Parts: sequence; C-alpha cells; structure tokens
Amino acid sequence: MSDLATLTLAGARDALRRKKISSRELTTSFIKEVEGARGLNAFVTETPELALDMATRADARLSRGEAGILEGVPLGIKDLFCTKGVKTTAGSKILGNFVPTYESTVTRQMFDAGAVMLGKLNMDEFAMGSSNETSAWGPVISPWRRKGSNTPLVPGGSSGGSAAAVSARLCLGATGTDTGGSIRQPAAVAGITGIKPTYGRCSRWGIVAFASSLDQAGPMAHTVRDCAIMLQAMSGHDPKDSTSAPIAVPDFEAAIGKGVKGMRVGIPKEYRLDGMPSEIEALWAQGIAWMKDAGAEVIDVSLPHTKYALPAYYIVAPAEASSNLARYDGVRYGLRVNGDDVIDLYEKSRAAGFGREVQRRILIGTYVLSAGYYDAYYLRAQKIRTLIARDFEQAFEKCDMLLTPTSPSPAFGIGEKTDDPISMYLNDVFTVTVNLAGLPGISVPAGVNNEGLPLGLQLIGRAFDEATLFRAGQVIEDAAAFKARPDSWWK
Amino acid sequence: MTNRTGKLIEGATGKWEVVIGLEVHAQVLSKAKLFSGAATAFGAAPNAQVSLVDAAMPGMLPVINEFCVEQAIRTGLGLNAKINLVSVFDRKNYFYPDLPAGYQISQYKQPIVGEGVVLVDMPNGETIEVGIERLHLEQDAGKSSHDMHPSLSFVDLNRSGIALMEIVSRPDLRSGEEAAAYLKKLRTILRYLGTCDGNMDEGSMRADVNVSVRKPGAEYGTRCEIKNVNSMRFVQIAAEYEARRQIDLIEGGGKVEQETRLFDSRTGETRTMRSKEEAHDYRYFPDPDLLPLEFEQALIDRIKASLPELPDARKQRYVSQFGLSPYDAGVLVSDAETAAYYEEVAKGRDPKIAANWVTGDLFAMLNRLNLSITQSPVSAANLGALIDLIADNTISGRIAKDVFQIMVETRDAPGAIVEARGLRQVTDTSAIEAAIDAVIAANPDKVAEVAAKPKMAGWFVGQVMQKTGGKANPAVVNQLLAKKLNLPG
Repeated sequence: MSDLATLTLAGARDALRRKKISSRELTTSFIKEVEGARGLNAFVTETPELALDMATRADARLSRGEAGILEGVPLGIKDLFCTKGVKTTAGSKILGNFVPTYESTVTRQMFDAGAVMLGKLNMDEFAMGSSNETSAWGPVISPWRRKGSNTPLVPGGSSGGSAAAVSARLCLGATGTDTGGSIRQPAAVAGITGIKPTYGRCSRWGIVAFASSLDQAGPMAHTVRDCAIMLQAMSGHDPKDSTSAPIAVPDFEAAIGKGVKGMRVGIPKEYRLDGMPSEIEALWAQGIAWMKDAGAEVIDVSLPHTKYALPAYYIVAPAEASSNLARYDGVRYGLRVNGDDVIDLYEKSRAAGFGREVQRRILIGTYVLSAGYYDAYYLRAQKIRTLIARDFEQAFEKCDMLLTPTSPSPAFGIGEKTDDPISMYLNDVFTVTVNLAGLPGISVPAGVNNEGLPLGLQLIGRAFDEATLFRAGQVIEDAAAFKARPDSWWK
Repeated sequence: MTNRTGKLIEGATGKWEVVIGLEVHAQVLSKAKLFSGAATAFGAAPNAQVSLVDAAMPGMLPVINEFCVEQAIRTGLGLNAKINLVSVFDRKNYFYPDLPAGYQISQYKQPIVGEGVVLVDMPNGETIEVGIERLHLEQDAGKSSHDMHPSLSFVDLNRSGIALMEIVSRPDLRSGEEAAAYLKKLRTILRYLGTCDGNMDEGSMRADVNVSVRKPGAEYGTRCEIKNVNSMRFVQIAAEYEARRQIDLIEGGGKVEQETRLFDSRTGETRTMRSKEEAHDYRYFPDPDLLPLEFEQALIDRIKASLPELPDARKQRYVSQFGLSPYDAGVLVSDAETAAYYEEVAKGRDPKIAANWVTGDLFAMLNRLNLSITQSPVSAANLGALIDLIADNTISGRIAKDVFQIMVETRDAPGAIVEARGLRQVTDTSAIEAAIDAVIAANPDKVAEVAAKPKMAGWFVGQVMQKTGGKANPAVVNQLLAKKLNLPG
C-alpha cells in the first residue's frame, strides 16, 4: 500500500497498472480519509458505495488490460458538475435537493476513462466567491494554518472544496471550474496545482452555468503532471456545447520534461500593483530567476488595459449570471416557496434560495443590462474585453508565455473579508484577465510566506497552448521543490 | 409605398387614414425544435415533447438546428429579402412559468433576414407592395392553462423551444382588408416554400397587429399593438375595430397611448393588456451559449436553386403562357395544391377550359361540401378525362355537367359513367334524322310556323333532344333540322 501522504495521481495510475495496488484498496483508503476530514467541510456529498462500485469495475478493466487514462483513480467532483443520480447543488439552497438525470460531459468523459468519484465538493454558491464562504452548506476550512495559530483560514474559491480536498489528501485530484480565477486562486492559496484551460477546451454541457462566456472546467491536483493527465480526460470537442472548440487535443503529459530552454517568458509590468505584499514580489522575482536558470529568455511586456479588467469582469459575469440564474424560479425543480401568485412564488423562492452574494450579483447584472444602462456598462465592458484580448495577442507576438503571481495575497481568515465585497473581488485581479481573453492559465505552488502559507505562480499561455504551460509549469515545480504540507490537525 | 392612400375612414372631423403593420410569427416546418432535438408534432400529450434543454435544466446548452436556419433562409429568399451571412442570437429576459429558462432566445439587433417585399393582389384588381423589414428566428414559449384548477396554473412545455420565424412588415397596409390579404399572401408563400404549414387554428401562424390612424398626409399617429391574433378574419376585424376606437378617441378629445392590447374574438373588440409604463425591460444581450450564426453565400445559392416556382411567377406564367385572366390566374395560384391540381387538369388540354372547370364547377362543389382541394371527390385526372370527353364529342357540355355531379357522388371515372349510363352523345345522323322526321310528322302546324318565323327552330331542337334523351349532338341536330325545314343554314 502506497503512502497516501506522498502519492500522486500519476503514481497511483502507474501502481494500478502494474497491479501493485487495486482501485478498491486505494478507494477504501481515501473513503476513510474523507470520513476523517469532515471538519474541513470539503465534501458536501460523499458517495462511498458508488466509489467502491466504480473501483470494482475499474479493477475488472485493469485486470483485462483495458485501462483508461484515469482508470481506478479516486477523485472529487466540484458540486457544479451535474452527476447522474447524485445530488448536485452548486452550493445553493435553491438546488438543495436537485438530483440530475444526466451526467455532465466532463465527468462522463472522466468516468469513461475509469475515474472513481468519492463525492461532490463544496464550493461558493453558484461559483460566486473567492473564499468558499458563500456556500449554502457553510464555509470550507483550509487544511492550512498560519504558523502557531489556530485561526481557521479560507481555502480560496470558488473551487474551495476541491482545493482543500486535494491539499488535505482526501483525493488524488478534483475537478474545478474557473470563471474569474476559481481554479487558480484556490490552488495557489492551498498549495496545489490547477489549470484553467482555454475557453472551449472542455465542454460546459452539464456544468451549472455561472457566466457562460467565461466558465471553464479544469483539473486541480498535486502536480503539473497530474493536472495534465486529468485534463487529457476532461478535454475535447462536444457537439452539445456550441462554444466547445472542434480542435484536436494534444498529448499533454508528453509536453512535460521538455523544459523551457530558448523560450521567451513575458513579465507584464501592469501586474506590479501598488501596495502588493513584498512576499508576493519576492516570489515573482524568484519565479523569474527560475525561468532564467532553466534557459528561458525573460522579457518585459505590457498589457495596458489590465486595470480595466476587474471592473469589466464584474459587469460581464454578473450580467450573464443574472440571466443564467433566471431558470431557478421554483416552478419546475429546486426550492419552491409558495406564494399568493406566481410573482410572489418567484420572489419568495428566490429570496429563500439564493444567498446574499448571489443576490448581489443578480442585482448588478440586471442593472447593467437594463434599458439606458446597457451601453454604458455591458457594451463598454465588452469593448474592454476585446482590448484585453488584443493586449495578450500583442504580448504573445514577443513571448511564448507570461509569468505572474496567481493571487495578490495568501489565504486569509474566515470572515475577514466577507463584509467587504470589493476587497474580496480583488483576489481575482491577476486571474480575471485570462478568463476575459479566453486563454489558458496554470497556477503552480512556488513557496510559502513567513507564516508558512502557500503562494502560487501563474503562467498564462496562448489559446489552446496548454502544452507550453505544462512544460513550463513543470520547470517551476522542479525548481520550487515545494514540499510544505499542512499539519493533519483535522484528523 | 407610404404615400399610397388606401380607403379612408370617415370620422366626425373628416377623413382618416389607417396605418397597419404586421408582426407574423410563423412556426418553422421542422421535425425538431430550434435548439434541441425534441419533436414538434402537434397534438402530443402535455409535456411529452420536452428535452432537458427545453425544460432549462441546470447546465443545459442550446445547439442550433441547421435545418431551421435553412428554412429561414428559404423563407427570406421567398420574400425577395436580403439574407445576412452573419446574424446573432440574443436573450430576451423575462419571467413567466411557460418560459423555463427565464429568457427567450431570439434575434434582436442582427436578424438572419433583412429587407424584402411582398406583392398583394386585392379583389379590386389593385396590387399593393408591402415592405418586409426583417425576419428573425426565435424560440416559442410553452403554454400556460389557468382554467384547469381553482388556484393553480398548468404548464405544457411541448411548444417550448419550437422554432418560429418572426416576419415584420413595414407599416404599408391601409385597411383591415389589406392586412388580411397580406397575411393570406404571406401564408401562400410560406406554404409554397414548405417552411410553415400556415395552420392558424393550430397556432402555426399568429399575427401581432400594429394599428395607428392619421389625417391623410400627416405624420404617423401613436400605434397600439394587438397581440396574438390567430385568423385572417380576426386580423381584419381587430384592425377595423382598433382604427375606429382610435379615431373616436382622438375626435372625442382623447389621446392614443402606446400600449399592448388583446383581441377578444367573441366580441370583436380590443382591450388594454399592458401600457407603455408596464412594458417589460427585456434586457437583451447576445446569448453567450451560442456563437454568431455564420454561413457561406454558397449555402444561400444552393437553397435558391432549390426554390419552387413561387405564386407571383406562377401567376405571371398562367397569364402569359395559358392566356388566363389575371384574376383567374391569381385564384388558381393562391395555394400550391390548387395550382398543382389545375396544372394536372390543364396538361395537354385547353388551359382556359381547364381553368373554367376548376374555378367554376369544381370550386362551387368544394365550397358547397366544405372540402379542400386535396379532399376533392373529383380527381384532377378524372376532371381532365371529363374535359376530353367533351372535346372528342363523346358527350355534350350539358351532359358533362350531369356526369360531373355523378362523379362527385360516386367518385367514378367519367368514361365509365358515360358507358354505364348510356350517356354517349348520338352523332349517328340516321337516328337523329328519324327523330326529326317523327317530330315534323307530328307537328305540321309548327312546320308552317317555322317557315314564317325561323327562330321557331329552337322549339324543334328541344323536341329532338327530348326524343333522344339529350344525347343527340346539338350541332348535328341543328344542321339536319335546317336542311329538313329548309331554313337558312
């Protein structure tokens, strides 16, 4: 039996194929870990019987030599992915008892590739949040603590359950979704790796929509290689999603190990914020040094419209969300609070079903799309979006990738920012640009701050060039030799 | 055509002009819905034709049905309209229980079809030109029923997601009659194209009628929109009622408020549905789940090449090739089935005689029995055969009328009827001669009279026909009588 404390997804895959371990054994071990970590509130639904059943079938396929990419590997699934026969809530009371009759394309592909689902992972309600504190099922507690402190910290968000579950080693990997940073920011503050692939790389079919033009699924795992393996299974054109790209998926794992010698790494000067913590500055400088050491050429580039990205994002995303969430009306499924008439039913159901942050964004979104405001807000935000995409295009004429910090700060305490939405939104300052431009971005753990909390570096690539991010991500992973682990205080 | 003044309406303060524009919702003839694979057949059990997409389940995404796009292009070409190579689907946001997603996918700023024109023939011989502003694709909503339970409403989502074409006319119509005629012509075109079945009683075609009034030559007045009128007759009644209402209102010192109104088909009246202040803010924005709709000119060209002959062209051909009157030609092309029937009857025969039979006896019979031409008990082949029997002198035109009636009753072929009932025309001169001789012999007084008054010959013809059971060839009778009575031939 491998040591779960150091086991990676790639390691487990290889051990399973070499019959050193069975999926049932591995799954049983992880089920125990999940049960022992309920204090973290990472899982909202545990599916141990289903997991063992899937593991048994994986073992049968492994013994027949029919192993898929993820055969027998126990994973967690963000509760935004519709899973057939398994409750899917999107972290919201309004879908509190919703059991889909269908499987999202991404999870179906992963299960077809042999993955074992341990359960559904907690998240910010409808993926709106950067700390996992907006979940209707309570916040996720980060496995990480500041040195010498018992203050509960956030795991980042919105894929906070995914980040906590992976970093607490409750699963070998987890799915996340990233609309403005919801994979990369929690990966960074929880000391794991996560990649938001290019918009259109993974099908959105069956994923509860937040902001359709920005949402993208991606993997969160211990290593760059683990992410490459997972993304391989998650990717590909889906005729059921008109925005999924009819583009062949390369062998991501094969890109790893090729190094960055001779490649050009751009450093966007606009990402150097006033008042940025020195530990973030230092980490970034360290990352630049690692890339140079590995033979890359580091150049300065400019992304002049960066400062408009956050405001544009907080117009576009709520606008789309206000429309996407209109279907939760208490009429066909989900929470219903009866009223005197249909308007009363809508108002009561939505008031009871949606939390404060979701309501705030629905209101913002409704406002910016309203007659008389559309041109001033939504249309201008779309123009900014075009300019931001052009900034990146011009930068990529000079370099092959960009290197930035992932998040402007490490994990913060639960409740510290909940009263200040603007400061909460600032967590996404380095990540939203990537979503607005539809590009791939990876966060790799690169070090810890002086309180022992993880920090991440982000690499941004050209559209559909995730392979370069895996190549370069591995260089950072190797150079950083990130070995920090949270104390298992929850056990 | 805005300078054309139609029939003016007399008011207390003088003449008024009515200005009407129509927004017609035509259901695209397609087996599957616009953005889901669900079926579209009419009359299925409630909620039996609802996919996950139509019910707006979480995470569901729309995928455009390319056939519906082709149908919209086909329709645009049939309306002589500009086809846009790039168009955009937008979301029209509002809450209603029969709108599962909380938004309707429609086309707002960039429709698939731009400006076109429809020619409408009026009974007085005038042809009016009606501008088409645009045609766009959109989803239908479901159906709410509020009369099935004391406190609950029921929703049927079978219609939810069905493809509609909204065809918006310019305000070029000047009377209720013109509005109804335009709708009829539009339906004819769509049926020729096979892009909409035009069955208004099944909801396949509905019209929103925009009505305003003005003094001739003045600026447009404030308009009211009458929603969801579902027959040609109702369009006319609603428009006429609304015009009169507005005139009375203005002449009574009031002001027309822009609003949405409902038509009550029982009373023939319109009433307020919602005022301008209550109008929805639909918060249109491009649907992020769908890419802009783009296609190549080659697709348009391919569809264009496959278009059938359309009613205007066919009418022209009937006039120039067959020598029909514009009125008869217009009647015959008014639906594709009638035109096909007529052409089968006319094939290899005198087209005018064929037209007389179809627009005369056949239409009268169908009207009397309340049947459509596809239900006609007399097939086009049989009607053609009947015309042939007249042409080759097997029967007379008069007998043919009787044979036609028997064909209606028995559905038999005319040749068999003529044989079985011995209706064959007698052209045997000896038999006719014998009959004439008998009449002359029995009526010496009449023979004397006719010598003085040759017009009396008609009496002899009648007697001879009677004797021969109507089967004698009238030309032969006339000829022999003239000889025997020494009349001027």
